[in-house]
Amino acid sequence: MKPFGYLRATSVEEAVRAAEGRPGARFLGGGTNLVDLMKLGVERPGLLIDVTRLPLDHIEELPDGGLRIGAMVSNSALAAAAPVRERYAVLSQAVLSGASGQLRNTATTGGNLLQRTRCLYFQDVSKPCNKREPGTGCPAREGIHRDLAVLGHSPHCVATQPSDMAVALAALDATVHLHGPDGDRSVPVTEFHRLPGDHPEQDTVIRPGELITAVQLPPADRGARSRYRKARDRASFAFALASVAAVLDVRDGVVRRAALAFGGLAHRPWRARAAEEVLRDAPATEDTFARAAEAELAAAEPLRDNGFKVPLARNLAVAVLTELAAPPARG
Amino acid sequence: MQPTNQPADAGGARAAGAARSGTGAGTRAGTATAGPARSAEAAAEQSSALVLHVNGTAYELTLDHRTTVLDVLREHLGLTGAKKGCDHGQCGACTVLVDGRRANSCLMLAVAQDGRHITTIEGLAHGERLHPLQEAFVERDALQCGYCTPGQICSAVGVLQEAADGFPSHVTPADAPQGGPVPLTVEEIRERMSGNLCRCGAYPRIVEAVHDVSTDQGVAS
Repeated sequence: MKPFGYLRATSVEEAVRAAEGRPGARFLGGGTNLVDLMKLGVERPGLLIDVTRLPLDHIEELPDGGLRIGAMVSNSALAAAAPVRERYAVLSQAVLSGASGQLRNTATTGGNLLQRTRCLYFQDVSKPCNKREPGTGCPAREGIHRDLAVLGHSPHCVATQPSDMAVALAALDATVHLHGPDGDRSVPVTEFHRLPGDHPEQDTVIRPGELITAVQLPPADRGARSRYRKARDRASFAFALASVAAVLDVRDGVVRRAALAFGGLAHRPWRARAAEEVLRDAPATEDTFARAAEAELAAAEPLRDNGFKVPLARNLAVAVLTELAAPPARG
Repeated sequence: MQPTNQPADAGGARAAGAARSGTGAGTRAGTATAGPARSAEAAAEQSSALVLHVNGTAYELTLDHRTTVLDVLREHLGLTGAKKGCDHGQCGACTVLVDGRRANSCLMLAVAQDGRHITTIEGLAHGERLHPLQEAFVERDALQCGYCTPGQICSAVGVLQEAADGFPSHVTPADAPQGGPVPLTVEEIRERMSGNLCRCGAYPRIVEAVHDVSTDQGVAS
């Protein structure tokens, strides 16, 4: 690991000022991904700006019925928070399906959104990787890519975004609040992560020196039920091969509102707008759910070894929507 | 990694720490003065003075920023209970408790934990009296080579506290009542302990040992 400076910020302003004009600076949250990448030599910051003691560790009820989650709220605290469990079950479930207890205690909400792909080539500095070193190529396309993207990839990058939390936030229409040298701005979480295109080195639309200060949830749809389901190679502590976050409101057997997002399939949480089109005002039947999932996944372009993800994602979506459409169990 | 360890040895650090350990306010004030650089210019420094409270003793240390909590414990303080397994947060052998919550010490930079209270496997027993989880691991023979055991036990201490505090897990039923302790079924223990690997495969006995203690403490089912 390369030596680096360390600054413990006492205010958001101070943190952002310290990062200004220093491309080698990184904000340090829980460090569960950043410190790991520093050990691997993938990240080589000259300065760490520790933002973990900023007063951004609260979950606030908003007047409109939404929630504002401070960027430094730990993954454990987020998943355990009563309003999240009661009104945004999909978010609690998604967070709890990721990582381990130790990591969730340490990892932050902001850091979770900014975690990097676990593509093996990205994490191995002895290999080419367009995300790590633009222009060096993408060995994953022909190499080991079983875990990688089937949707929205480019010739330059087939990486997947690894966060479970972000998939739930995409289905919930959450907003990311940022503070940077030019002040505050907000970005819908569905537009926060990018597709790789010609610039896979940019995971998100965050600008240099911008700090995530909070994630905001709109008021929950009280008539809806929500669920996160993840398929992985072992029962716990593994990244998603495919996952589904769904919010579904069914009245009199008809879908009133549906929000669906896939994880593990793309460079960003994949909000399934085409599927939602099929679902809207349609009978809440397994047939509808299958047509909806297939409408979305028609755009899939699997690589040599990851074609299994397409039927896996379809079946996950059908199972989750079917479960949500069933009347809640009594008791 | 080449940390700059100001105290001559662990003993020296302990002595300095012991002198301060009774004065909480003094220690905090000392930290603020000697703590990490405030100005951007000073941020170019590559080491910082900090205080870590480990198993009830305050240690004043000056450390290269690259030093992880795991390396401080093992290389600077002589506390070799926490193990370096993968050094990437994937195996759990380095698990310690930070301000009462379990964490992977290999992924924590020591400078960022300035002022925090850390408990390692060495800090769980009261004199000759083992922690109930240590007792249970012995009783159930919940290990073979023992390399992962300190991390397993520290993680289990964290699990019991999290369940008592009502933290849900991936397998907690969605309609489970909130606000009280979560009953630690065998399924809950398996899920919650998934961040601790055991290459010897002692998992069945580990789950039994944790279940024994959770039963005694009234958070099992």
